[in-house]
Amino acid sequence: MNVQKEQPARMTEEGVLRAAGDDLAKKTAESTDFAAKIRSVDLDAWFGKTQALKRINLGIRPNKVTAIIGPSGCGKSTFIRCLNRMHELVPGARSSGRVLLDDEDVYAPGTDPVLIRRRIGMVFQKPNPFPTMSIYDNVAAGLKLTGMRRGKNLDDVVRNALQQASLWDEVKDDLRKPGTSISGGQQQRLCIARAIAMQPEVILMDEPCSALDPIATAKVEELMVSLKATYTVVVVTHNMQQAARVADFTAFFYLGKLIETGPTASLFELPKEELTERYLTGRFG
Amino acid sequence: MASYAVRRMKDRLFFFLGIACIVLAVLPLGSILLEVVVNGIPLVSAAFLTSVPGIGGADIGGIGPAIQGSLVLIGLTSLIGIPLGVLSGVYLAEYGETRYANVMRTINDVLTEFPSIVVGLTVFIIVVLREGVSLGLGFSPISGAIALSFILIPIVARTSEEAIKLVPNALREASLALGVRRWKTTMRVVLSVAKAGLVTGVLLAVARVAGETAPLILTVLGNTHFFQGFNQPIAALPLQIYTDALAPDPGIQARAWGAALVLILVVLSLNVVVRLASRDRSGRRVRK
Repeated sequence: MNVQKEQPARMTEEGVLRAAGDDLAKKTAESTDFAAKIRSVDLDAWFGKTQALKRINLGIRPNKVTAIIGPSGCGKSTFIRCLNRMHELVPGARSSGRVLLDDEDVYAPGTDPVLIRRRIGMVFQKPNPFPTMSIYDNVAAGLKLTGMRRGKNLDDVVRNALQQASLWDEVKDDLRKPGTSISGGQQQRLCIARAIAMQPEVILMDEPCSALDPIATAKVEELMVSLKATYTVVVVTHNMQQAARVADFTAFFYLGKLIETGPTASLFELPKEELTERYLTGRFG
Repeated sequence: MASYAVRRMKDRLFFFLGIACIVLAVLPLGSILLEVVVNGIPLVSAAFLTSVPGIGGADIGGIGPAIQGSLVLIGLTSLIGIPLGVLSGVYLAEYGETRYANVMRTINDVLTEFPSIVVGLTVFIIVVLREGVSLGLGFSPISGAIALSFILIPIVARTSEEAIKLVPNALREASLALGVRRWKTTMRVVLSVAKAGLVTGVLLAVARVAGETAPLILTVLGNTHFFQGFNQPIAALPLQIYTDALAPDPGIQARAWGAALVLILVVLSLNVVVRLASRDRSGRRVRK
């Protein structure tokens, strides 16, 4: 690609963004008039002195799949890591603003982030099962390590979680094998089962398919759709087709700002913002 | 450009140079081992391993108390040193971004290379002596174990830190994102993944202290009898070797060879036992 040609184009995008600045607050405000499972209110986030998120106001609808799309470095991952207070674990990272989980601010003083994380599960980009634990123990790890196993039949919990993650039939005879002995796609579904076993209310997925082949990706995508019956699902993806396939709602982030959000079909077919359209048509990003 | 034949010759040359260097490095070690085995084997018998040392001449006796003493000292040192060392390593690896931790790391590195006779002297003054600022424990297994811990802890702390740092951050995040508390994440997820590295570090350190002599001279003194109690002088293999090798009696000098062979075997078997114990349930070696 011709670098010289791209330079001015980028500057125009920033120009558009600046011009849209005032408008933006109004437009994203429109997206707050519904009952959200999680809602960010004026959420800012920093890594050291770099601001990664700027005044994000985004509501996530319950029992829907919401996709966060945008080019690399636009703050999509930072955004969902702010929702379950994982962002603050990075040295030098901080945030301000509010995140309401059922109208309860997860950043309210005195709130224990550990308890928040038990209600908001997370699946990461690269499958990360615990290598020293068996498949069974991986799924049971959350309950065992948080002291929440009391009064629960672990065998049932493990089977249910693996069934919900559509992995049960593939591993039911190998539950004692190490969690890392199965294929990458299976490992990712194992990680989903591990999150499900905690019976969270929300499941955050941070580019869950980017390390998987197309067949494994298709399985995880099916899973996202089936999971929304029980959970609220937020998926970060750099794959626009994936967003179009699985998401009921889509939010487009650019340079740390929420540019546009809406039902997936209307956002893809009739984007209101020029930036969104340019991104969707592949003219930058 | 050099022709293929020339380049091949150079390749051969460096290959043989490499082999020669390895031989040169291993040769002294091999000759020491051989010497110890040749001189030690004729002495080793059940009686030699279990009886008290003789007075010399025809009666050289055995090294029972020294073996027992070394095991007691290694056990006590492990009891004191391994938890402290591993926990220090956990601190340095998991919380070691602060200035305080950097100072601790530097001090720890200095201690790793500390002359062991100075450690012995220090422990003699602050633990053994029965006057002044000392704890006044006298020559005893406890004093010896404290001295050996001074040598063990920095090594274990350093190797543990390195082993724990190798654990991928993704696993910590996976655990924390489940809502597991940080200390539990460290204890149950991070340490279990780092286990092989931890065991290797601990083994190296234990093997090192098992052969330490200088710190023991001033802290346990040595004994010709079996274990007398935690407040009495105790024998140890390295001490036995040291005093026997300096004795004028050829029989007693020979006893030093026997003790040296036994010391090597003790370290070796410790190694094997711990490696066996660190296998995971499926019988495979834990991945490093």
